[in-house]
Amino acid sequence: MEERELICICCPLGCPLTVRMENGGTTVTGNSCGRGAEYGKKEVLSPTRVVTSTVSIKGGDFVMVPVKTREDIPKDKIFDCMEEIRKALVSAPVSIGDVIIADCAGTGVSVIATRNVRKTEDI
Amino acid sequence: MTEHDIVIIGGGPAGLAAADAARKAGIEDIMILEREAYLGGILNQCIHNGFGLHTFKEELTGPEYAVRYIKMIEEENIPYLLNTMVLDIGRDKVLTIINRGEGLTTIKAGAVILAMGCRERPRGALNIPGFRPAGIYSAGTAQRLMNMEGYEVGKEAVILGSGDIGLIMARRMTLEGARVKAVAELMPYSGGLKRNIVQCLDDYGISLKLSHTVVDIEGKERVTGVTLAAVDEKRKPIPGTEEHYTCDTLLLSVGLIPENELSKGAGVQLDEITSGPVVNDRLETSISGIFACGNVLHVHDLVDYVSEEASLAGTSAVSYVKPRKEKTPSSQIKIKAAGGVRYTVPQYLDAENMEDQVKVRFRVSDVYRDRYISVYFDSERVSHKKRKVLAPGEMEQVVLKKESLAKYPDLKQIVVCTEVE
Repeated sequence: MEERELICICCPLGCPLTVRMENGGTTVTGNSCGRGAEYGKKEVLSPTRVVTSTVSIKGGDFVMVPVKTREDIPKDKIFDCMEEIRKALVSAPVSIGDVIIADCAGTGVSVIATRNVRKTEDI
Repeated sequence: MTEHDIVIIGGGPAGLAAADAARKAGIEDIMILEREAYLGGILNQCIHNGFGLHTFKEELTGPEYAVRYIKMIEEENIPYLLNTMVLDIGRDKVLTIINRGEGLTTIKAGAVILAMGCRERPRGALNIPGFRPAGIYSAGTAQRLMNMEGYEVGKEAVILGSGDIGLIMARRMTLEGARVKAVAELMPYSGGLKRNIVQCLDDYGISLKLSHTVVDIEGKERVTGVTLAAVDEKRKPIPGTEEHYTCDTLLLSVGLIPENELSKGAGVQLDEITSGPVVNDRLETSISGIFACGNVLHVHDLVDYVSEEASLAGTSAVSYVKPRKEKTPSSQIKIKAAGGVRYTVPQYLDAENMEDQVKVRFRVSDVYRDRYISVYFDSERVSHKKRKVLAPGEMEQVVLKKESLAKYPDLKQIVVCTEVE
């Protein structure tokens, strides 16, 4: 049996989790909610994270548009995703939820905008 | 001079939530004054996720959280002025404001809600020896430069202070290709949330050096390196423990201070510990009709709590402008922080006019394990709850109920404290 102590990162409570792995199954204790149980399991089997960053935007009322991966992606793909995000350049206008990069770094997850950026001439 | 029933200073999370609550409580005439060119305040540069789990039951980034409130304000047609700076809150709640369109003008407010937020503690407050080269930023300034203005702030960084902004910036710089060599924290515990230690430092193999500080900054034009040293229990550097790090950037994440120049000018009484106004359970300051909420009142760890607190300031301002019932004679019961509790907000309670429930928020002064949080009504203990871990970085709360206070008509003082047993 293998045991791992983790801090849950799902919310600011930061519950101390204990994950036991035995006979191919995992049990999570120490969590205060269902999200914690799911996180504990995922973290020992295939850890994932939501990546947030910014992308340059032309012709808008902001010069950077903040973005995030629509869902969490495998942890070992974070820097591959960042490489694509850093190269990206978009033009205003952009709305929250617009796809900025489809299927980022082969993860099957899109990178989407997290702010509205208006075109400068529309202001 | 124009007139408005409620004037809100600041269009960040606190100001927006206060405006929304005030409108829902039935006040038409509200004005929000914001000095930036956009609403949303600091949330605009907090592009990471983790906001809104309490308020919206989903995980949002800062800009997404802000937009939810901006939408409410726009749907409710609540007016706001951007690029507008409040210079002074004068007598009888006459505000002097300035902006490009109107120049210098005045507004007479029925009630004022202070929602100006906070500022970062600067290098000058730390007494770190060394030159004053480029490359030293407060963490929030670096965050703004990177996330909003698109600058690269540096290639190799050391971060002093383990507040949440410092931790978030350690990850942010790493993702953008910089090398973060260490995070040094003067105290023996982190000032940030545990989840941020895990997802911002541990995930990227960045070491957190507790009980360490910067003892020297090198470089004349640009930072070329810093020296860290361990500190003893009196926080004095221990000779012989110095370690040198070459770097071009030093970020400071060493605390936030409520921005109360306007409050001071108005004569509002401030709390020495929080650096924010002293308030009662309606979040009313020492000047009647001036209310405070959000980080200008005390520094919060979660925006969700800011929104909740600001809603209370909004509804309180409405009952001040439009009293529903005859106000019964009011009492001023002192809420005292003691035994490991650094401060409480509010600091006073009006038992006669209070809502059914009042949340008292506070922070503890050290990391405690297996301690109780207790509440005393004068000398009688009325609540005693065990907590596994308490840390200064995380805000705590106790709830006071009107029905339980009704049993103590002669109550003079409420004490919130921690106890070993």
